[in-house]
Amino acid sequence: MNIEYTKTDKIILTINYFLLFIIVLSILFPLIYVLIGSFMEPSALVNKGISFDINDYTIEGYRRILSYKPITRGFLNSFFYSTAFSIITVVVCIAAGYSLSVDDLVGRKFFMILFLITMFLSGGLIPTYLLIKNLGMLNTAWAIIIPGAVNVWNIILSRTFFKGLPAELTEAAEIDGASDWIIFFKIAIPLSKPIIFVLALYAFVGQWNAYFDAMIYLDDSKLHPLQLVLRSLLIQNEVRPEMILDRQVMAELSKMAEIMKYASIVVASLPLLVMYPFFEKYFEKGVLVGSLK
Amino acid sequence: MKGLLRVEQKLKFNNTKAGIYKSKITYIKNHYPLYLLIMPAVILTIIFRYIPMYGVVLAFKDFSYAKGILGSEWVGFKYFKQFMTSPNFGVIFMNTLKLSVYGLILGFPAPIILAIMLNQVRRARIKKTIQLILYAPNFISVVIVVGMLFLLLSPTGPINKIITLFSDHPIYFMSDPKYFRSVYILSGIWQGAGWSSIIYIAALAGVDTQLYDAARIDGATLLQRIRHIDLPTIKPVIVISLILAIGGIMGIGFEKAYLMQKGMNLSVSEIIPTYVYKVGLLAANYSFGAAVGLFNTVINLILLILANSIAKRVNEGYGLY
Repeated sequence: MNIEYTKTDKIILTINYFLLFIIVLSILFPLIYVLIGSFMEPSALVNKGISFDINDYTIEGYRRILSYKPITRGFLNSFFYSTAFSIITVVVCIAAGYSLSVDDLVGRKFFMILFLITMFLSGGLIPTYLLIKNLGMLNTAWAIIIPGAVNVWNIILSRTFFKGLPAELTEAAEIDGASDWIIFFKIAIPLSKPIIFVLALYAFVGQWNAYFDAMIYLDDSKLHPLQLVLRSLLIQNEVRPEMILDRQVMAELSKMAEIMKYASIVVASLPLLVMYPFFEKYFEKGVLVGSLK
Repeated sequence: MKGLLRVEQKLKFNNTKAGIYKSKITYIKNHYPLYLLIMPAVILTIIFRYIPMYGVVLAFKDFSYAKGILGSEWVGFKYFKQFMTSPNFGVIFMNTLKLSVYGLILGFPAPIILAIMLNQVRRARIKKTIQLILYAPNFISVVIVVGMLFLLLSPTGPINKIITLFSDHPIYFMSDPKYFRSVYILSGIWQGAGWSSIIYIAALAGVDTQLYDAARIDGATLLQRIRHIDLPTIKPVIVISLILAIGGIMGIGFEKAYLMQKGMNLSVSEIIPTYVYKVGLLAANYSFGAAVGLFNTVINLILLILANSIAKRVNEGYGLY
């Protein structure tokens, strides 16, 4: 690209770089602040702010948070919910998407409309809640991993993907007498690893970061995912008795709660933030395939 | 003669219709695996999407557990009237509307501007790095974002440290109703603008570079190139996103507002979804909650249809549907 810039263009470009720099800083500032804060004595952080005095640093917050039972349990629960949810979503949506990608499928339009309507109309919170309750799914993992498993968006994404596969492949297989099963499992699925990956990533991240369904459907705190534990820790300022490992006075307790907040944010968001740059192109792909419809 | 012909034609017509029907049946028989593949999705959709839609009749009934949804008595628009005549109605409705309209006005252009700014960055490595950083907040959960807001904006937090350098009093961002909307919307932009810019960046990447060269030769400045090449290129994408955004105005997320609610800021932070949750679910006024929820859905649908028809007019016939 050989675009020459005039003088005013260059000034604009410089301003542009400067503004982007400011934007990047404002994105990073909260993250870096919390990261540094998680290693600092809470009293030092409140009084002095971020300091570079080595005496103000401690790993107490991490020691506390990693031995805090609800957090570790929340981690395991979230991992289970997210994994199970992504597997179910991927299986259900890939299968439906493949079926809808077959052009001469009788009833294709009917199925499409059946799915599309749900994008614009919904029963709302209360009827859904009552349904889950009547199905006996309250306070079970099922309420988290099943109702949201059908995602119209995912179905459309996988349909688009399968439509993009060369038609010759399936035609050739059909001429050779392959059944629909063979075509689906032996031809379509092996070729669809990228879309499976994209859908699974989205489902996993979405479930990992969600708290709403768990809040309304799960009473038992043993079943709570990480986000609900974080909510009580960060936002409701609830410190459960089991958190105190040895006898401490109240002041000490609230100090601990403060330092645990920083550490818990780092511990809880680090896995995704570290992982995401490696998968970034897949996430981007998901957005772009979706926008093409 | 004419009659006979007509009968014959009718027969023929019937035949072909039966033929089509028959061939459909054989198609389904021959391709039953395709139907088995789509069945799980269909069944789950019917159970978890359509049954609740039917459950909406709850809004017109006096729900009692003993009688169930079907057996409960019809009360017509009782609960809608109750909601619309309650003193809370105006406040909650306007809170919902303001929060999302302000959010749309400020939040919608942000990713577009960001994409155009990024598009000027010519060095691929730098561009990629900036993108990676801009997208990162999208992967942080809403609970953590709100938790960070509480830490950063607390009276003793870093932002107030700077503020107290210039004034005597810290600002209570998280409890003062004055700041609720600004904090909500700006943090939303912080988290989402980068990620939302992806589709615009992709659209801009598709611009034929010869266009830039030609414009350059014709003496177009950078701003003119943006105005006459970049913006028209992404216009269809902008319109589609705008329709979706307007359709979602009343569908504003429950999750973040609920987390940011405190007793002191309820006068601005109570929106329809949080109200439905509290009154409908927590206080178990199921019928009332369902009525309020349905009210919201209907307004949403009207907005979406309106937005789409307006968009079709300005976008040369291209709308959502």
